[in-house]
Amino acid sequence: MFGSIEELVQLSKKHGSVAETMIHEEMVHSGQTREKIAAHMKQNLLVMQQSIDKGIAGVTSVTKLTGGDAKRMNDYIQKENFLSGKTILTAVRNAIAVNEVNAQMGLICANPTAGSAGVVAGVLTAATEAMNLTEAQQLDFLFTAGAFGLVIANNASISGAAGGCQAEIGSSSAMASAALVAISGGTPEDSAHAVAITLKNMMGLICDPVAGLVEVPCVKRNALGASQAYISADMALAGIRSVIPPDEVVDAMYKVGLQMPSSFKETAEGGLADTPTARKLEQQIFHKEQTKTSIH
Amino acid sequence: MANGSFKSVFDIIGPVMIGPSSSHTAGAARIGKVVRNIFGEQPTQVDIYLYESFAKTYRGHGTDIALVGGLLGMNPDDERLADSLRLAYEAGMEVAFIPKREKAEHPNMVRLVVSTDTKKLSVTGISIGGGNIQISELNGFKINLEMGIPTFVIVHQDVPGMIAHVTKILSDHKINIGTMTVTRESQGEKAIMIIEVDQHDIGYCSDELNTLEDLHSATFFE
Repeated sequence: MFGSIEELVQLSKKHGSVAETMIHEEMVHSGQTREKIAAHMKQNLLVMQQSIDKGIAGVTSVTKLTGGDAKRMNDYIQKENFLSGKTILTAVRNAIAVNEVNAQMGLICANPTAGSAGVVAGVLTAATEAMNLTEAQQLDFLFTAGAFGLVIANNASISGAAGGCQAEIGSSSAMASAALVAISGGTPEDSAHAVAITLKNMMGLICDPVAGLVEVPCVKRNALGASQAYISADMALAGIRSVIPPDEVVDAMYKVGLQMPSSFKETAEGGLADTPTARKLEQQIFHKEQTKTSIH
Repeated sequence: MANGSFKSVFDIIGPVMIGPSSSHTAGAARIGKVVRNIFGEQPTQVDIYLYESFAKTYRGHGTDIALVGGLLGMNPDDERLADSLRLAYEAGMEVAFIPKREKAEHPNMVRLVVSTDTKKLSVTGISIGGGNIQISELNGFKINLEMGIPTFVIVHQDVPGMIAHVTKILSDHKINIGTMTVTRESQGEKAIMIIEVDQHDIGYCSDELNTLEDLHSATFFE
């Protein structure tokens, strides 16, 4: 198994691509056939697509704090009068859709986590639409994203409680940018630098969920994580390089996570969770819920 | 270097699950189910001690319903999870949630004490991110059970010959042991064997192990 981005890039030269390296390592680790591994990934892809369709149609969370924004963005895109671009906004819409379904306790595929599940799924489905990706290419996208995600998980963190939101949206956005680069013809080095560029901008992002829910600000951070994946991928494809090598960026993110106070790591004690409005919402939601769920 | 615990691409892309949190919902459901499997039956009394992030956000993240759903045998993608507290109540399972203030070895940690009239088990689980979990304590024994490696967890009485009986069954099935840990409460009391093996899809061996005298429960985790 590759222990660093550098090793992953080297192995990818041997196997032909990052996706092929990941599939090879998965076969060794699990003892399963290539077909079985591909079928598992296909099933995950299907769940991603279904959650996007469900979110765009419109959902509302139990608390009513989130829901309906994927539908709003869909209507906005259809008017064809926007500032950024159709593909980026499609990725944004789809990322919102997945996380609105997640907040509503619907079925999603974690990617790398549930709270950040919209980014890779949103970017992949937007790219599929814009570039007419085949199913094989879509699966390669996910294997590429997963390979870089594994390195980040093993050398830093993918848990908001351990590393803050940089570990969740930062990781998912980095994974998506690397996979976008690969699917667009970039080299494994280009993908590695997309990871570095993305993580550098996400570094220090705190996890401050309002009322301890996975809704505010999670849904919107998924949207912006998806948009950033596109910009980082374009930068890397343009030949822009991170001065700090990708593995050192991952190490730095790990250290920042350790240094971050626990009030910023999924405890709902700091940041947006500690604003007057957040405290009021917390009171309203759990005061009502208490009588309903109490079986103590 | 942080931990190096993630081995499969599906630890990252996956699992397919009911929202809203992979660590606090999916991971919690998996911990609940592992505890039920080790315990061997549905407990009637459950005390759930929550630490750090689990203690502070368990209601908003659905950690409570997920742990109970897991104890009822549900997987992270089970649509009935949202209803688990009611289902547990109807099934006669009494549950108490106890958020703790003290620091823990990991920010997402939970200790479950499950019991019936005749037996009791304590298990500590940690949720390390993306729905992946580890078991760090079993009946007071410090252990490190990493899901993802095929492992037998065997609770038994500390009597002579137990290790020989268990390893004979594994060797008869041509199963190779990677690592093996044996600990006990005190001489002649309860003991635990944790055996990591190289082979997959060998859950059927648990049935044979469970026929051994003085063996309380044998569980296989893929």
